[in-house]
Amino acid sequence: MAELTIGVFSSLVGSMSLDFSFRLADAAMAKGHKVNMWLSGNAVMMAKKGQKAFKDYSHNEKKMMELIGKGMEITVCEACAEARGYHKEDVPQGMKRASMDWYLAKTVKTDRLLHIGGE
Amino acid sequence: MAAVRLLFIVQRPPYKSENPRLALTHALASQTAEIYMDDGDSVVPTVVFVGDGVLNAVKSQQAMKTYGVTSTESHIKGCLMTDVPIWVCKEDMERLGLKEDQIVSDAEDMGGAEISTKFVSFADIQKEMESVKHLLFF
Repeated sequence: MAELTIGVFSSLVGSMSLDFSFRLADAAMAKGHKVNMWLSGNAVMMAKKGQKAFKDYSHNEKKMMELIGKGMEITVCEACAEARGYHKEDVPQGMKRASMDWYLAKTVKTDRLLHIGGE
Repeated sequence: MAAVRLLFIVQRPPYKSENPRLALTHALASQTAEIYMDDGDSVVPTVVFVGDGVLNAVKSQQAMKTYGVTSTESHIKGCLMTDVPIWVCKEDMERLGLKEDQIVSDAEDMGGAEISTKFVSFADIQKEMESVKHLLFF
């Protein structure tokens, strides 16, 4: 079993990169790998619970909660979130908030690091 | 116990997206990452500007005056002040008509840094890409 850390920087709406990140995490976990996910920049849009699903927009909350339930560690950049008005009480259950040093620290033990997205 | 080398590769121009700023703030976060690590572990970042990303390193940015936000230049100086190496691709500077004296090379106005910006060839960057543990593209 290997450890994969994915840094995601894309917004929820506007590209499919965030959708892809969750699907990749799901596939890696299905193969028995441990997955950590770091949400930074516009990807912190995931740090708001109660998102409503519309067929015209990406909706990843359900998939994210499922992956958290299976053991994926997911952490959102605290400063990026606060700058966008997403506060501690908005965070979905199981998601952590931390500063960027959390992500840097993950690079030590992880076997592979992937960066996805960015505008 | 490990010192993990990371290469932050900045390809995007400044202010058009958040990515270059995120590269620099993440690199700076290496200074405090030890609180999440086992004893003896550390991360050693280098930031390299390539392609249109070299525009991030142009001197005399007026972001505070224009947008009311800190400049990419100030983050580059912050990196130099904390011994995070800053590299700029020579070939891409030439392509954009930039000379070394137009690039942020020190942090004198912030109290001085022990290191200065290095102007490197793409061959050197490629060598570094092959030797680090992780590449972080921004």
